[in-house]
Amino acid sequence: MPEQSGPALAFDGVTKRYPGGVVAVDDVSLAIAGGSFVALVGTSGSGKSTLLKTVNRLIDPDAGRITIAGADVAAEPAPHLRRRIGYVFQNTGLFAHMTVGENIAIGLRLAGAAPAERRARVDELLALVELPGEVANRLPDALSGGQRQRVGVARALATRPRLMLMDEPFGALDPVTRASLGEAIRGLHDRLALTTVMVTHDMAEAMLLADRVLVMAQGRIVADATPAALMRGEAGAEAEALAAVPREQAHRLARLERA
Amino acid sequence: MTEAFARVPELLAAHVLLAFAALALGLAIALPLAVVSARRPAVARVTLGIASLVQTIPALALLALFYPLLLSLSALLGGAIPALGFLPALLALTLYALLPILRNGVTGLVGLDPAVIEAADGVGMTPWQKLRLVEAPLVAPVLMAGIRTAAVWTIGAATLSTTVGAASLGDLIFAGLQTQNWNLVLAGCIASAALAMAVDMLLASAEHGLRARRPWRAWASLALLGAALLVSVAPKLSPGADVVTVGAKGFSEQYILARLIGNRLETAGYRVRYREGLGSAVAFDALANGDIDVYVDYSGTLWTNQMQRTDVPPRAAIVAGVRDWARETRGVRTLGTLGFENAYAFAMREADAEKLEVRTLSDLSRVAPNLAFGTDVEFLERPEWRAVRDAYGLRFASQTPYHPTFMYRALASGRADVIPAFSSDGRIAADRLRVLADPKGAIPGYDALLLLAPARADDARFSAALAPLIGRIPVEAMREANYRVDRDAGKQSPAAAARWLAARIGLSEAAPAR
Repeated sequence: MPEQSGPALAFDGVTKRYPGGVVAVDDVSLAIAGGSFVALVGTSGSGKSTLLKTVNRLIDPDAGRITIAGADVAAEPAPHLRRRIGYVFQNTGLFAHMTVGENIAIGLRLAGAAPAERRARVDELLALVELPGEVANRLPDALSGGQRQRVGVARALATRPRLMLMDEPFGALDPVTRASLGEAIRGLHDRLALTTVMVTHDMAEAMLLADRVLVMAQGRIVADATPAALMRGEAGAEAEALAAVPREQAHRLARLERA
Repeated sequence: MTEAFARVPELLAAHVLLAFAALALGLAIALPLAVVSARRPAVARVTLGIASLVQTIPALALLALFYPLLLSLSALLGGAIPALGFLPALLALTLYALLPILRNGVTGLVGLDPAVIEAADGVGMTPWQKLRLVEAPLVAPVLMAGIRTAAVWTIGAATLSTTVGAASLGDLIFAGLQTQNWNLVLAGCIASAALAMAVDMLLASAEHGLRARRPWRAWASLALLGAALLVSVAPKLSPGADVVTVGAKGFSEQYILARLIGNRLETAGYRVRYREGLGSAVAFDALANGDIDVYVDYSGTLWTNQMQRTDVPPRAAIVAGVRDWARETRGVRTLGTLGFENAYAFAMREADAEKLEVRTLSDLSRVAPNLAFGTDVEFLERPEWRAVRDAYGLRFASQTPYHPTFMYRALASGRADVIPAFSSDGRIAADRLRVLADPKGAIPGYDALLLLAPARADDARFSAALAPLIGRIPVEAMREANYRVDRDAGKQSPAAAARWLAARIGLSEAAPAR
């Protein structure tokens, strides 16, 4: 279906310091190919969320620049930039005073789309995230955590962005919901040919969903490998520390199956 | 009671107009301030600090403070700003309305879920879109609670605006308090409480509509409030007959004379409004500024307070001096004297005066250190008191101000031994008081003067309607009329006493009643 893949993304010497001297992102340079699904993994405070938010300028870096398909993100007003980027984060941030349908259509409303067009798109998006059409008229509070996160994804996709940023998108969900939503998102990534950057602290999730896994520690990229390389333990010491646990768990689960 | 409620519609309309205008202005100021304060904690500390400080000032004092403030501002700008009436009341009430709106607005904005704000930014809202689409609707219920508080406070405090010459339901309360007409006080209280409750209920309904996502309900409530405002404004917009405002200070004689003047003007075809309960210092300026068209003041009051004179020439010289000064400096016309004097008359209980052998103020200075002095609220601040005190060396054991009516009660009950009574007061004879002579002539004459605002000074029809009152009211008639209002048993309203007085001096067809 999709004619071409999502845009390439590049970081060039990006640095962010917080007041008090903490360096959250330390001179990161990085290229992400268009159409790839990249997981950014690290412990709390490693700088992975900060790095992600420099892309849609929820955080402005102190030094360096970020380009999307070669264009500097600082070249246009932040609201305009953000309307072309899908953004999903842990707390979802659904607007409690709007119905699910109004939440999903908010980006279209900002873009000046007519109500009829918005309604049609909401139905389409609800189907895309595998929610029944009648939830459109409900308030977010009436949904389960997993359903709310699906609505968050639908809202992020409403304006047909080619780049998706996800900050711990499954953080607050139970394992079963996590797994099904993860698969759904990977499916959407492939069908819509997006470029996706997902921040997570869960290495197993990263290895299962992403094409490429970046490990961050103390504001730097300390490992950059494919899931297969991580599985083989070829990605260096820092990556190995995170990858060893899920790999060992996978082996034990496999033994249980054979027993 | 019916008579007490007769003036409610007119005053209710003025009350609604004043309170709603203050609330609207308060909203216009507080809402942007709340948004800025929520974004910058340093600004919030300043704005909330100032708003809280304003709230600690008693409403009555806040209203009173705006009078000198506007007066000096007006002087700076060449007299363009009215220091009395609607404007000072509006400004004071607006300040009063700020705090609850500002506080709830800031609290609501600061307390919003950060995730929601991040989401609003994330979907690409501009700061204005974020405010309109996300922050405002989410804060609306909390904000509405603040607006309700502000509305109830403003409607309550608006009753005090009577003291700066703005018409409100407080006119009834103050007039009732002065004349001890509790029906009037009740009418004013019931009407303003009912107004406050009705507005609170409508705003509550609007708030409920917002919470329940039923915008029509919120709009219906606001539409009803808007309709109330329209009804209040309508009489002001209709080009009716020439409307005249008759002023009165806050005691019975003034209320009676205002009605007497008003009745004559109505007979002459004018539409008449009353602005009652004006402070002594405020009344003359109100006339000079055209806030009121006509009222009665006393030569000695203007001589000492407005002209700042300390010498005490004969009565006729004071009247002439005041007349020339008023005309030349403020354009106010003195139509003439009504024929009686309402001077300060130091009075004691007859039995006490007899026992202590006090006949004059000189005698009084001998025994004063053992006596309690009860006065009206303003006497101790007036230059006349300083003149008398210094001329006779008066020094009392205690000095207590009362409302004029309660001053007589204090004397009768023994809580005060000496009072500065009014020579036209019917209670001097009725309460068997001895009036002390003033051998040194320290107290000036207080001839009642009929004063016209500059705009009415050359209005022949206007002065013709009032001319028959000149020289027509002997002090005995005024005393009797005052006593009809002030006495405890068979108390009459000032309007009834005015009708009686008109008949007594031969200016009406009706026979003297009762």
